[in-house]
Amino acid sequence: MAKYATRMGDGFRVEMTEDDMRRDIEQGTQDAARRGKINALSDDHLKYLLEIFKSPDRSVGVERGKEVVLSYDSGTTKFNRCNVSVSKIQSLQIYERLMGSDMLELAHIDYSFKPVKPIVVFEQPILEQALLMTIPPLFYGAMPNLGLYSQPDGPCVNPGDLLPKGKIAEARASYEEQIEHAVKDMVYVAGRMYEAGADGINFDTTGAAGDAEFYATLKAIETLKKKYPAMCVQMGMASEFVLGMHGELYYDGVRLAGLYPHKQLELAQKVGVSIYGPAINIVTNKSLPWNLARSVTFVKACTDTAQIPIHGCVGMGVCGVPLTLSVPIDALTRASKALVDITQLDGL
Amino acid sequence: MAVAHGVAAGIGGMRAAGDLVARMQVSKGMRLKPAKEYVANKLGISVQDIADPVVMSEVREDLDLGRVNAVPGAAKGIDAKFRIAEVLDIEINSVNLFKKRTGIKS
Repeated sequence: MAKYATRMGDGFRVEMTEDDMRRDIEQGTQDAARRGKINALSDDHLKYLLEIFKSPDRSVGVERGKEVVLSYDSGTTKFNRCNVSVSKIQSLQIYERLMGSDMLELAHIDYSFKPVKPIVVFEQPILEQALLMTIPPLFYGAMPNLGLYSQPDGPCVNPGDLLPKGKIAEARASYEEQIEHAVKDMVYVAGRMYEAGADGINFDTTGAAGDAEFYATLKAIETLKKKYPAMCVQMGMASEFVLGMHGELYYDGVRLAGLYPHKQLELAQKVGVSIYGPAINIVTNKSLPWNLARSVTFVKACTDTAQIPIHGCVGMGVCGVPLTLSVPIDALTRASKALVDITQLDGL
Repeated sequence: MAVAHGVAAGIGGMRAAGDLVARMQVSKGMRLKPAKEYVANKLGISVQDIADPVVMSEVREDLDLGRVNAVPGAAKGIDAKFRIAEVLDIEINSVNLFKKRTGIKS
């Protein structure tokens, strides 16, 4: 029986028969449908996914006319992380002119709101100068990263130390204190960068520390949109599922713990998020057909009902892309094509 | 990763009209299809031309919206954004700030 080259979620190559891939695709979409209580993909979409994985081409692409907007989280940190010695403004110009970016993002190398707060006065002139020299929309981005507010990195008692001791009330109180600090920092940094001329603010990996972080970000965005109604706010998530680290946090009557992307989107739209980015985590010991079918199912539940643009977080370890630092082109382009063609995403 | 995404699915930024479509998502919250239609309408082109670098190169030259190649005298940064704001009939934060700082009246 013919075998087709594909990969596992950790990026390593594997060969699978058509029947194996079909089974994984069906199981992947059913897994998402069951967990999220959403529709599984139709037979036509499942067949389309199978054909993408059967293609022998190294690189695949969307059909002409279906191209989408590309936005880049943490744009200016990427070159530095690869040891390429360029300045932030040079990085932005490279994205703009050499890589065909539709949107740009300026960011601090320590890509969280808390470390930007003491140096925001140095970030603003860089943004101001970049805005004079570039043409696409230029955002300022950072991560809420609630973990930075607990000891030893921050002022609050670490819930990770309290929970194993059964001190649940104390842990929740610590999360609530962290939320206050985080909201202040996010509102301060985002406000200053918007006043410096940013076209928008990106809250990246929202919810990475669970429901408390998601709550803090929603409150920060709510505050910012009241003060700056025209501010474009992009919110990219960290994972498909909001972890209930606190467990009893509600926003507008909706409990945050356990929310899947289509429900995260509803709250995002309520607080005024302008562009939402779902992130569906890779399961490394499952195949890419399984993972991508699952991701497409979750994302489609968002794009079917969204009132705002949806930019899928299609990067390392999310939305059908293997969890590996150097992402294989065959895997990445298949994820791009499947997500755009099936879910009608507004961007990546 | 950026290059692979760009080749597989991107409109192409300033090579085409990707940044202009992005502007409609940013300033008006438009989803992709209406954003492309709006830009195509404003530029007097078809939606298929949005991602075509050959067509868009000429359109961007004619309307002075900024081009990838370094052409003397062509709009390159904030000046291109002034043009984009006017052509697309949108507000751009950095353009408004520039006007305020330089005393240019709207």
